[in-house]
Amino acid sequence: MKTTFTRRAALLAATATIAFGSTARAEQHMAEQVMEDLHFVVPGGAGGGWDGTARGTGEALTNSGLVGSASYENMSGGGGGTAINYMIENAESLDNTVMVNSTPIVIRSLTGVFPQSFRDLTLVAGTIGDYAALVVPTDSEIADMDGLLATFQEQGDDFAVGGGSVPGGMDHLVAALVMRAAGEDPTMLNYIPYDAGGEAMAGLLSGEIDALSTGLSEAIALAEQDEVRILGITAAERVPAYDSAPTFAEQGIDTEFVNWRGFFAAPGLPEEQVSAMQEAFSKMYETDAWEEVRARNGWVNIYNEGEDFRSFLEAQEQEIGDLMRELGFL
Amino acid sequence: MLEGILLGLSAALSVQNILMVVAGCLIGTFIGMLPGLGPMSIIAIMIPVAITLGDPTAALILLAGVYYGAIFGGSTSSILLNAPGVAGTVATSFDGYPMARKGQAGKALTIAAVASFAGGTIGAILLAIFAPALSSVALLFHSAEYFALMVVGLSAIAAFAGSGQVFKALLMTVLGLILATVGEGALFNMPRFTMGLMDLQSGISFITLAMAMFALPEAIYLVLDPKRSETGSSSGKIENLRFSRAEGRAMMPVIGRQSVQGFFIGVLPGAGATIASFLGYAVERNIASEEEQKEFGKGSVKGLAAPETANNAACTGSFVPLLTLGIPGSGTTAILLGALIALNVTPGPRLMIDEPDIFWAVIISMYIGNLVLLVLNLPLIPYIAKILTIPRTFLIPFILFFTLMGAYIGQNNSTELLMLVGLGVLATIFKFADYPLAPLLIGFILGTMLEDNFARSMQLYRGLDFIWERPMTLGLLILAAVLVLLPSFRAYRARLKARGVADGD
Repeated sequence: MKTTFTRRAALLAATATIAFGSTARAEQHMAEQVMEDLHFVVPGGAGGGWDGTARGTGEALTNSGLVGSASYENMSGGGGGTAINYMIENAESLDNTVMVNSTPIVIRSLTGVFPQSFRDLTLVAGTIGDYAALVVPTDSEIADMDGLLATFQEQGDDFAVGGGSVPGGMDHLVAALVMRAAGEDPTMLNYIPYDAGGEAMAGLLSGEIDALSTGLSEAIALAEQDEVRILGITAAERVPAYDSAPTFAEQGIDTEFVNWRGFFAAPGLPEEQVSAMQEAFSKMYETDAWEEVRARNGWVNIYNEGEDFRSFLEAQEQEIGDLMRELGFL
Repeated sequence: MLEGILLGLSAALSVQNILMVVAGCLIGTFIGMLPGLGPMSIIAIMIPVAITLGDPTAALILLAGVYYGAIFGGSTSSILLNAPGVAGTVATSFDGYPMARKGQAGKALTIAAVASFAGGTIGAILLAIFAPALSSVALLFHSAEYFALMVVGLSAIAAFAGSGQVFKALLMTVLGLILATVGEGALFNMPRFTMGLMDLQSGISFITLAMAMFALPEAIYLVLDPKRSETGSSSGKIENLRFSRAEGRAMMPVIGRQSVQGFFIGVLPGAGATIASFLGYAVERNIASEEEQKEFGKGSVKGLAAPETANNAACTGSFVPLLTLGIPGSGTTAILLGALIALNVTPGPRLMIDEPDIFWAVIISMYIGNLVLLVLNLPLIPYIAKILTIPRTFLIPFILFFTLMGAYIGQNNSTELLMLVGLGVLATIFKFADYPLAPLLIGFILGTMLEDNFARSMQLYRGLDFIWERPMTLGLLILAAVLVLLPSFRAYRARLKARGVADGD
């Protein structure tokens, strides 16, 4: 008898949860629609990181009811330059269009891959981001940043640090930022470039390189498999997703860096349009639809809109520009 | 590893992926049957479709299904028309066509189906054993070894090129390497050879190049060479699908030997289904009894089963270097590699560890695919064979449509269309001049990796010292040199011999 009772109670509880859950969801579906439709321009081909960000965001916005419908357009070419050009040249007809972009827009306009910069566009919002990390294999003798710096001082340019970007690209710059903040000469760093983060990780685990500069989400995935040790992360505080990884700041190295992804609109877009877009993005964080997409992709919520976004980008441009000049890339 | 297999099993058995296997096998069989359209053309046409799926597992399963479906379909036209749809089934026509002319077309098709099934399934078992083993060794490879492996791969293309084709194959490989240098490299912060054009900044798109090399020229070739557009006349009715028990017994040892031999030939870079099937045919003829030898070429059961087993086993074998080293051993696997990279998957030794679901789902889907091919094709063969009577004029617009749409859809960039047409015309000229196109594509896809790994090794060892300091690198480079020099040495000896005969005259 007792078991039936408990089972019934459990069933009742479950039904109640489902009922509450569905009302909550129904309410969310009725969440006030902020925009009728939103068009995403992706500066690269289908299947890349930008593509995933645009489609994931669009999925969350439409599923939550904040935006009526979303459409996507892939426009590859010129390392993203073709899409930026398109946004500027067709500005008048692009009133419900956003372009996805990320940290490389800052780096590539500095190196002159394309002549424009984020200043030529309307800044809508930075929506997600990933911190960077320095990792070593689990069986490495290096236990922390002090150990890494000691090895670097001893071995000089025999000490190889790899990454999944070109020299002067993001992974290199993060490693150099850390070295500079630790009082070392960043030009002495022997940076070994790989074609992609995965290849660089293979290089680290085969023993070809001594340390690796990579994105935090990739680093956490391998640390959880006990393949690498995270020596430091570029966040201001430890992240809840993996709180045994120390920050650089707590080891006396003053480095913070966010690889952001965000959205830009055509230049000269009317204020009310921009604020409607910003409203849609900022309300998106509270929805289940977004949480589902975010968790599936392992993204970190980092929201920055309008003027805050501008000052963030300007600071990043300043810091990266200084470093690239010091390293001889500009 | 068991966990990975289970993960792959659940992925491979999802409704979506089973649909992909069935769809891939059917599409492959249908198109592979049409003379002139090889697996490379079909896969090139299918890439945009696969990439739109967005899920790398589903995409790879679809493309792999198309691959062995095409080899399977190719044998049907070899047997019925004496017009092999793909090069890997040329040897099938040696005994399959005579058998069909004797009124035993149905039996020939059944033997081909059973032999293909056995070759593919045994190949998949060997793949499941050898791929993880090779993967764990490859985890220790440094850039220097990868560089040397790629040199071996490029040399093997020349070594396995047909007689009189060695020089042409080398030239086309070099052309592929040259094309690969366009755009921003992974190791330099500077665009190269873009002629100031923004559209060349990220280099030549692999998908565009693959379709320009393997899909467009086929269509143009069919238009320009009307002889090939004639429909063949089927060589008799397909009635009795059965073969006798004695014939079954004769086939067994052939299937056993050829699935193993074919698999290992497929693993070798540069060699593939074509070489495996010819070699399988030759070996079986040599070891057959004198009486059976007379049968070869006149409709021998063994002569049909050998190449059919070997080519399917070799298809499966060619996935070993692709999945474990990230190095394509053939034109077809080069196309598959390009598709994977476009889907953000980096094949290599880490694939099995980082994405076991993809790795194992693909292997398991091969068992399912072989079963699907057998079940679908045995009862349907008489009906499927009807496709052979479709005039080629209907086919050409389809190829053109899929090629042009495919190049545009993925990128939404009209420049891709111009490049596709330009490169396609170039490829057609090469085709008419009898230059092989696969080496160009392999050169193109290996070119970037070759350069990256070379430059990385140079930077790590501050020069070329890695050649002497890493014994495995040295060994592989010596192997590459032997592979390139061997055919020319043989040709030289043959010339000497020929002159000797002439002198004696």
